[in-house]
Amino acid sequence: MRSTLAVYLRLVRVGLRTQSAYPLAAVAGVAANAMFGLIKASILLAAVASAGGALRGYDAATMAAYVWVSQALIGLVQPWGGSQIAASTRSGQVAVELVRPLDVQGAHIADDVGRGLFGIVPRTLPTLAVGALTTGLFLPHALAPYVLGVGSALLAVVLSSACRYALGVLGFWVVDARGLQTLYMVVGSFLAGLFVPLPLMPHWLQALAAATPFPSLLMAPVDVISGRVTGPAAYAVLAHQGLWLIAAWALGAVLTRAGARRLEIQGG
Amino acid sequence: MASAPDPAGPRPAAWAAYRAVLGSRVRARASYRIPFITDSLGAGLVGIVEFVETFLVFSATGAIGGFDVHAILLVFALAEIGFCLGDLAFGHLDSLPEYLRAGTLDIFYLRPQPLLAQLVTSDISLRRLARAAVGVVILGVALWTNAIMWTIPRAAMLVLALVCSPLIYAALFVCAAGVQFFTVNAPEMPNAFTYGGRYAAVTPASVWPGPLRIFFGFVAPVAFTGYLPALVILDLPGVGVLAQPLAWGLPLAVVSVWGIALLLWRTGVRHYQGGGG
Repeated sequence: MRSTLAVYLRLVRVGLRTQSAYPLAAVAGVAANAMFGLIKASILLAAVASAGGALRGYDAATMAAYVWVSQALIGLVQPWGGSQIAASTRSGQVAVELVRPLDVQGAHIADDVGRGLFGIVPRTLPTLAVGALTTGLFLPHALAPYVLGVGSALLAVVLSSACRYALGVLGFWVVDARGLQTLYMVVGSFLAGLFVPLPLMPHWLQALAAATPFPSLLMAPVDVISGRVTGPAAYAVLAHQGLWLIAAWALGAVLTRAGARRLEIQGG
Repeated sequence: MASAPDPAGPRPAAWAAYRAVLGSRVRARASYRIPFITDSLGAGLVGIVEFVETFLVFSATGAIGGFDVHAILLVFALAEIGFCLGDLAFGHLDSLPEYLRAGTLDIFYLRPQPLLAQLVTSDISLRRLARAAVGVVILGVALWTNAIMWTIPRAAMLVLALVCSPLIYAALFVCAAGVQFFTVNAPEMPNAFTYGGRYAAVTPASVWPGPLRIFFGFVAPVAFTGYLPALVILDLPGVGVLAQPLAWGLPLAVVSVWGIALLLWRTGVRHYQGGGG
């Protein structure tokens, strides 16, 4: 059991090192996250100002915290929907992965989590720094939001990998799952609260979002880290994320098992 | 290649080659019917969601930076149509890093056409038409719901914006591609120019802090694709340097951004050392 765990931890490290081979990509990522962050901050802070300084529970400092924490988490959480399993299904590589003495799903998620975690130092922290230096942002003065926030962000990273794996494994049925990926990217990032914080949405849209795992990917860690949700409510947010993780992982496992029986690799 | 007589009269042979290539791209795209339909639906959905994102922020507050929900519709529609048409023709320059990494860019050098012209005609993203259609519908709603006192200059500005905006976004795609020769494996960097520019353009420039006004007004001039033309059409004063009369500088903005684009492209191509094949 311990040795199995060690294998997956090693895969996490492999993912981390894969991503660290492209340091310029991280710089480019920060540039893009910062540029989008500045625009997002201008429009949302102007919205708060025109609403008289308070908009659906946000003031200027907490809105800035929403903007910059969400931008900083993009590199970690990777909400766009791409996954290695989709690529290896298209190329046929997955046939080799299925005969390895490793759970395909666990291996893919471990590698993907590693790639995401690499972003902490070169992407998340610099993006937050840009935010602090430009618009400023509210940071909680207690320790709890940070500790819980790290937990919530980690859950979001693994949940994102599990969701994208489940999406990618649909490639066992449809050879080219890019249409599904576009759908995931567009609808998912919207319901995750990437460009508009969920409290700004009408109630029916918030209810719709709450019925999906997407808010757990971004809005949940943003709320916990920025101290919008504290105390018992913060624990409830983490528990909610945990439940979605179990659900997404189970879905991925069922799809992998069903798909492996059906999978047809083209070519010889 | 010049076997069929051209009904429009004789044209230079060079153009015939491009027409033949682009015609084949269109036919290739249209022949895979189901992916074409699903891709178009996806692109249309992107347009709708991006519109909803802008709409939600404005409807939650009423008016931001002197623009109410109706006025922002016009800014959004003009910028979105411009972006989609620029993307349709030039967006696939995004795939330059794939050619660079795989070393297949060298193949283009063997053909007797300029590199940029070949890359531009290497594909045509017809699915963007679906997204542009969303923009056209929103433009219709915007022209209907805003009480516009139509005059000849205002109508002329609408036409000028619809013609020039795609050219500005096309130039931004060329800028981004030029930078890619240096960054190679960093697709997010050019996104900051292109998609970031579009994101900025659908917000009123009055909310941007000073440095962003200079950047998006005069360097990557997306303020000319939505905000400034809307000022003329709706007869609004504008803000600081980005005032209403500046909108008539639109053709100059196109010239200047294309100057920057071709300079960046040239620098990039000179930097390129070949795939080592």
